[in-house]
Amino acid sequence: MPIVLKCHRGIGPAVTGTALVADDNFSARYDLDRLKGIFSRPAHKLHGQSYVGKVLVLVTAKGGVASAWMLHEMASRGLAPKAIVFDRTNTILAQGAAFADLTLVDRFEAGDPTRLIRTGDEIEIDPAEGRVTILNRG
Amino acid sequence: MRLDDEAQAMLAGEAGPVRQWAIRHQIAVGEFFDAPDFVPVGQAHIMADTESLGEAGVRWLEGLAAQPVEQRRVRIPTITDPRGLDFNSYKRLRQTEAMAEIEARAIRAFEALGVLMTNTCINYQTILPPVRGEHLAFGDTGVVIYSNSVLGARSNFEGGPSALAAGLTGRTPRYGFHLDVHRAGTRHFALRCRPRGLADWGALGGIVGRATNSYWEVPVVTGLAQQPSSDELKHFGAALASFGSVALFHMPGITPEAPTPEAAFGGRPVPEPTAIAGEDIAAFYAGYDAKGDKVDVVVFAAPQLSLLEMQKVADLLDGRRVREGTSLIVATSPEIKSAADRMGLTQRIEGAGGIVAAGVCFYQSYAREMAEANGWTRLLTNSAKLVNIIGGYGYKPTLASMERCVDSAVAGRIL
Repeated sequence: MPIVLKCHRGIGPAVTGTALVADDNFSARYDLDRLKGIFSRPAHKLHGQSYVGKVLVLVTAKGGVASAWMLHEMASRGLAPKAIVFDRTNTILAQGAAFADLTLVDRFEAGDPTRLIRTGDEIEIDPAEGRVTILNRG
Repeated sequence: MRLDDEAQAMLAGEAGPVRQWAIRHQIAVGEFFDAPDFVPVGQAHIMADTESLGEAGVRWLEGLAAQPVEQRRVRIPTITDPRGLDFNSYKRLRQTEAMAEIEARAIRAFEALGVLMTNTCINYQTILPPVRGEHLAFGDTGVVIYSNSVLGARSNFEGGPSALAAGLTGRTPRYGFHLDVHRAGTRHFALRCRPRGLADWGALGGIVGRATNSYWEVPVVTGLAQQPSSDELKHFGAALASFGSVALFHMPGITPEAPTPEAAFGGRPVPEPTAIAGEDIAAFYAGYDAKGDKVDVVVFAAPQLSLLEMQKVADLLDGRRVREGTSLIVATSPEIKSAADRMGLTQRIEGAGGIVAAGVCFYQSYAREMAEANGWTRLLTNSAKLVNIIGGYGYKPTLASMERCVDSAVAGRIL
């Protein structure tokens, strides 16, 4: 049975992908090796893992205004995540997603999505409807 | 979102494709954050170093710059954050000709849009300080938190594309810290110690930032037994924004929107505080400690140094020499660099073996490539913001006072 999660209206196109989940945060500048497409900050819970083509599910966006350009730059090289799901984003990632036309949603009715979605879940995101559907538990 | 006639016209393309892109981008962001309408802004400040722009971003800017002049010029004063490279020091830092070329292209494009290349993250000290209540579209988290908190201005963290959009339309969506409802304190921290020096203030910002950890929380710090300076609050705010994504803090009796603790919490009851003691600051330093290690590079930056910080670095280096095998880099704004040149500070720092770079801030300057080209791993700095950021670029950072940083640079190892 698909599990439907309601969230705030989001940004970007509807997409389906595999979730990569952590009880941690996100900054393109601080956390990533954007040339290799992996999390590179040693203290990050996804350290060493590839984010390319994944639906990242994280708690919040951290400092670093640069992420607003970096999503666009990462997408231009085909090394971007497929979508980002936050409990609550800061302004930068929302602006960056709008600039890059990357799918981004946050503010879930059922609470923190890092506790609702598991790594490996196949999920469908519909930003215009404010809806995330877990199609298959990973 | 409610759009006035001018915004409707821009959306319809009547002011050309550049302003049409800008207003569309702003509406997408505004609707995401439930903005009711737009608010006019006095200045825009763009973070757009070439490392984060990349080829894709520079080409996109060049596309805007190729539009007719009356359609592409910004409508309000629009200035820039530090760049990816300083043409006068990049060779000494082993940055490449390719980096210099893409930098020159980005500058040409911004100048064609009417953007002033101030290249600074201390514009509130050196260009035009914001005024209380002034709505702004500022990039750079350190600039925003200082302007909001210390000066009482109103800005969200505006990423480069959004700040440029605000420059082109003269407005920004009214959400977040433009609204009174988001400006009241939500967390209470009580200081039980006296921070000494800029690194301590940065450590304090890091501690409050880690504990707060959200753009939408507003920490209130009480219990200050001393009057902080602009540079101390600069380091406190920059670290708080970096560690916690925080954009506004209050210090009752010091910051303008908080004459009292009650006012800081918007008239709501003042919550029980989380205490911060001397041991907490010591533990913060200990988390990055590497006493005895060889130090590859000592960096004073993040934020760029004020003229007074430049003087202190020069004083500490007088009569001494940075050890062979260790680099010492100071990053400041072009205005301060020019003053430091005139006052002999640059000569004193460089005479002792340091490098003074202008219009850059180290971490926005291809830090990973610089590390590889120069063989740098162990980095020492008095900037808590920098120790937070630079680990992601493959460095091992240590935090210390400016004095200990200089002593270590001279010794070639962490003292």
